[in-house]
Amino acid sequence: MKPELIIETRNLSYQFGNQLVLDRVSLNVREGSIYGFLGPNGAGKTTTIKVLLNLLQAEKGKVFLFGKDLNKNRIEILSGIGSLIEQPAIYSHLSGRENLLNRALLLQVHSVKVHEMLDLVNLTEHADKKAGQYSLGMKQRLGIALALLHDPKLLILDEPTNGLDPNGIIEIRQLIRKLVQERAKTVFISSHLLTEVEKMVTHIGIINRGKLLFQGTIEELHNVSKKNLEIQTNDLVRSRELLCKNGYQAEILSDLILIPYLSENQSAEINSLLVKHDHRVYSLTISKQNLENLFLSITQI
Amino acid sequence: MQGFLLSIQSEFYKTRKTLAFLSAILLPLILCILITAGFYTHADKIMFLSAKMQWFRFTGAFLGVMGSLILPILIIFQTFSVNNIEHRAEMWKSLFSLPIPKWSIYSAKYVYVVFLNALCLALFASFIIVSGYLLNVLNPELKFNQFDISGILFKLHLKLFLASLGILSIQFLFSLLWADFLKPMGIGFVLTVFGIITANLGWKYAFTIPYTHPMLALQSMMKQVLNNKNEQMEFDLMSQEIYVSFIVAAITFIIGYFVINKRSIR
Repeated sequence: MKPELIIETRNLSYQFGNQLVLDRVSLNVREGSIYGFLGPNGAGKTTTIKVLLNLLQAEKGKVFLFGKDLNKNRIEILSGIGSLIEQPAIYSHLSGRENLLNRALLLQVHSVKVHEMLDLVNLTEHADKKAGQYSLGMKQRLGIALALLHDPKLLILDEPTNGLDPNGIIEIRQLIRKLVQERAKTVFISSHLLTEVEKMVTHIGIINRGKLLFQGTIEELHNVSKKNLEIQTNDLVRSRELLCKNGYQAEILSDLILIPYLSENQSAEINSLLVKHDHRVYSLTISKQNLENLFLSITQI
Repeated sequence: MQGFLLSIQSEFYKTRKTLAFLSAILLPLILCILITAGFYTHADKIMFLSAKMQWFRFTGAFLGVMGSLILPILIIFQTFSVNNIEHRAEMWKSLFSLPIPKWSIYSAKYVYVVFLNALCLALFASFIIVSGYLLNVLNPELKFNQFDISGILFKLHLKLFLASLGILSIQFLFSLLWADFLKPMGIGFVLTVFGIITANLGWKYAFTIPYTHPMLALQSMMKQVLNNKNEQMEFDLMSQEIYVSFIVAAITFIIGYFVINKRSIR
């Protein structure tokens, strides 16, 4: 067990009846990271989170949090985790403040922390309003405040931006960044949309049909993306014909010709070929696959 | 143990403004006001009775409806209300991901419902006594102040409380299983009516049905009191239906823990 790993699962498998929901998932989440756990709906994200919170018992594999076996140290480990699973669990007949005071009572947290949390999630103004009257964004923020109340080292958030409008998504994103920068938390956040989390995460895990298909930093994800050579000429149709005749897999996409990138020499050869045949070459650039497309291509395997 | 005590406090905190808690206070209060008003306006009908018989009539007015219908219905309502708070907020998984033992959360909730029932019955006994003395103040010709019924009345309500533990545990389990009110209410109501019928018919095995226990407890008490040759209002606290009620409560409590352990997480 590497000490810097806050979450480590080893070949985690889980089955609902005959359906294999998690298939040998091995997660590695480092301290101080914001780990985006991505996958389409039904990929196994929430099940993984429930296993991490000991709400479900994994049939095969091991779960370590803070370097300790979850099954043997449940209470100790859970005291270091704050979580928000699916929709925020909030008592609608109590105010935001009362929801936090109730949780503070359960976790023996001083009531001063309640005011601090309300302030952190910008709910002080609405603290005494019944939580049932909150907007979805306010409920999510209250859910995060509840998760943070006992000052956990690790925050596990299951689709916290689900159903939020763009402003709500930005607010949650800013809050999570603030938590990592100012409070040194490790955040494990699940989402089915890469665009929602790619601007804030440091690491990414992509899961589909219970299998972890990719795990690494954003840069590493970029690196697995296929590179293309984008060419702009005065006559795209003729240029494409010429390139195809010479054995290149050229395609026209909008105002560009795309060719799988191989090497710098190959780019130079293509340029010479086009110029030799009186094609005017406006630009030759190397492009990477858009991250969202890459995510889709990974999850559609 | 600390987790259990904290969970109990939390139960009180989150239900203190709900009908689950208020019903335990309001129901005895409202019923007492209504019956007291009835006796006040028709005091002439019991004026000629002895002090003991006046109390007997007065408490009988409460216990008749309490034992058969009000107590089971109140239990159905309270158990549902306490668990529905968690169902409505989808709180079970959130509660079980807190660093508190699961059994503490579950048993605290159960004990809290038991407490609400005990509180309600204790208030019933207290309000009946207060109402009796109040009637005497309002109409000095009544004789409620000439006989001390408090000991008997509290013992009787304690017997009712013990007899209702089986129903309470079953309804607690139902309200864990189903989030909507109709199922636990519907099943509970049907079983209550079934219990009333079997208890009134004097079916030999009626004691095996938990919903008959409050009625059977009252019947056994009445039987003992009426058979007392020394005219003392004495009866046994423990009887067959109370023991069965304990057994049902214990078994259902254990089943409920496994149910909630599995159900809360999906």
